Amino acid sequence: MGNAIEIKHLTRKFGKFTAVNDVSFNVKKGEVFGFLGPNGSGKTTVIRMLMGLISPTSGKGKVLGYDIAKDNDKIKEEIGYMSQKFSLYEDLTVEENLDFYGGIYGLSKDKLAIKKKEILKMADLKGREKMITSNLSGGWKQRLALGCAIIHEPKILFLDEPTGGVDPIARRNFWDLIYKLSEEGVTILVTTHYMDEAEHCNTIGFIYYGNLLTLDTPNNMREKAIDGDIIEIKVNDTLKTIEILKTKDKVREASVYGAGVHALVETDLPLTELEHYLIKHEIGLSSIKKVKPSLEDVFIFLVNEENKNVAP
Amino acid sequence: MKLNIKRVIAIIRKEFYQIKRDKRTIAIILLMPIMELLLFGYAASTSVDHISTVVFNNDIGIDSHELLDSFTNSQYFDINYIAYSMSDVQEYIDDGYAKAGIIIPPEYSANIKSGKTTQIQLLVDGSDPTTAQTILQSAGAITQSMAVEITGSRVAINSISQPLDLRSRVWYNPDMSSIKFNVPGLIGVILQTVTLMLTSFSIVREREKGTLEQLIVTPISKMELMIGKIIPYVIIGFIDIVLALALSVFWFRVSVAGSILLLLFFSVIFLFSALGVGLLISTVSKSQLQAMQLSMFMIMPNILLSGYMFPREAMPKIIQVISNIFPLTYFIKVLRGIILKGNGFSSLKVEFLILVIFGMAVLSMATVKFKKRID
Repeated sequence: MGNAIEIKHLTRKFGKFTAVNDVSFNVKKGEVFGFLGPNGSGKTTVIRMLMGLISPTSGKGKVLGYDIAKDNDKIKEEIGYMSQKFSLYEDLTVEENLDFYGGIYGLSKDKLAIKKKEILKMADLKGREKMITSNLSGGWKQRLALGCAIIHEPKILFLDEPTGGVDPIARRNFWDLIYKLSEEGVTILVTTHYMDEAEHCNTIGFIYYGNLLTLDTPNNMREKAIDGDIIEIKVNDTLKTIEILKTKDKVREASVYGAGVHALVETDLPLTELEHYLIKHEIGLSSIKKVKPSLEDVFIFLVNEENKNVAP
Repeated sequence: MKLNIKRVIAIIRKEFYQIKRDKRTIAIILLMPIMELLLFGYAASTSVDHISTVVFNNDIGIDSHELLDSFTNSQYFDINYIAYSMSDVQEYIDDGYAKAGIIIPPEYSANIKSGKTTQIQLLVDGSDPTTAQTILQSAGAITQSMAVEITGSRVAINSISQPLDLRSRVWYNPDMSSIKFNVPGLIGVILQTVTLMLTSFSIVREREKGTLEQLIVTPISKMELMIGKIIPYVIIGFIDIVLALALSVFWFRVSVAGSILLLLFFSVIFLFSALGVGLLISTVSKSQLQAMQLSMFMIMPNILLSGYMFPREAMPKIIQVISNIFPLTYFIKVLRGIILKGNGFSSLKVEFLILVIFGMAVLSMATVKFKKRID
């Protein structure tokens, strides 16, 4: 299997501000590629460059073998796009929205009828064809927007924070649809800042202030990206614990994690030594154990490393 | 550039669905022409008649009554008040009851009989120049004809003929009714206002709602989008012109002297220019508010300078030159030409060419300015 997307040294500057800095990666055909990063980190800019909405300042990119600088029109025939805003016509009915995008992509009458039926079933919108879109709930709007984005059977689907403002159940349903599409061979590039969503992806790229920090499968990332052990400490007073932990040598990082604290420690620091240190400082521990790092741990680690590199 | 009809139709259908569901848009399309035509048709009328008049008649003879009858018969003057002193007359005019005062001297009838020249006095409230102008002109005309009549009876006796006799005829609008003159221009103004208001929002609204970004990532071309955006409004503009024409003909009794078909043909040509300007505003605006301000900025000079309100001949040279860049200026010329004068195409060739060139220029400018990118 080849690559659906290849980008090399892609950079985009807005004035003096560098939104995307020398980013290179490939997306394999048929995979779900997750683009992770905080808001304003450059995810959307990368997607927009791939779709030809923004031209790169420097660097090269290919989508389905087409040059992003030259073959915009060819690329647009083959891609689907859904943004956080669910860009639907709110004053049109469900069916009119589908008809519209079907028409824009030049679908034949028969083809449109088939696709409409499929999408209405997929999005659970059967019986709501005549509803005005603005009256739909967030989850339905989201699935309708997805439907409009895939009505022309694109080979690549770009999803820019597709689950923003949608309840958890709708989010789960939405990811089920994404998997289904992926199984059908559609390449999916999705941006998100939800860690649990990142776990659903085949490959994750983590972008931070325009720099691609790491790129791997979620599993590899958890196992290899962190140099050290993650210790999970369940305590009552998390903030005090973090302060105490930071005074201990060989503890590199400590942050709140769920109801407790996650500490990143060097591998040669024995767990018992850490436990004694905390007890000595009058921290009431309920448990302390070494855990497998989560993606969140990985990202906190990566961001801190990056900030250390930038700071001096 | 290739044109995919399916895409254009998709845009047109979508625009119509959106118009159909937006009550404000429908109100603008249907009510604005009617309202503007009625308001401007009546309020902006510059014809003045039935002027409230006060009379102070010192004469007791029959001739003064004949004179006053000819004033009332002219329909310009309504003798509403009779005064018994000069101060009475002044009071009526000061308090605004009367706009004109006619004072007839005691010796009036006697002088007429004896063939002497006699004087009558006319007092005019000059605070509104238009009304004052009408009073002076019509009073002058009435006394003139009265004088001719009186001399006529003497001439019959003495057979002296007048050395000069001016016979004037007013063409196209013989009553010089201002409604007849205003309505054709008004149709142009309405068409300009409605189409500008509707189209200036059409693209910037999609930009604000985010649907434009979605459209840009589809294979639709700029040309397809622009054509799809224009056609619905050409149809709507056409409905408006028919509505405005019907109202002019059946309500204001302004008959169309020339060919209605030619008029509709020119309207469509003009629509492309007006819509092009609207689309251009919409493409360069960043928000709907900005588009609104820009169209207001366009509408005012159009109304003031196009010759609709004030005769272009009276404008300073520089303003006349500026008014040449508004397509409305030419369209109003065409409208007046066809409706009042019955002009055929051959008299309007220049206007036709200018409107076509202008339309093509703004439309291509709007298309070029529209970027299928967002940076």
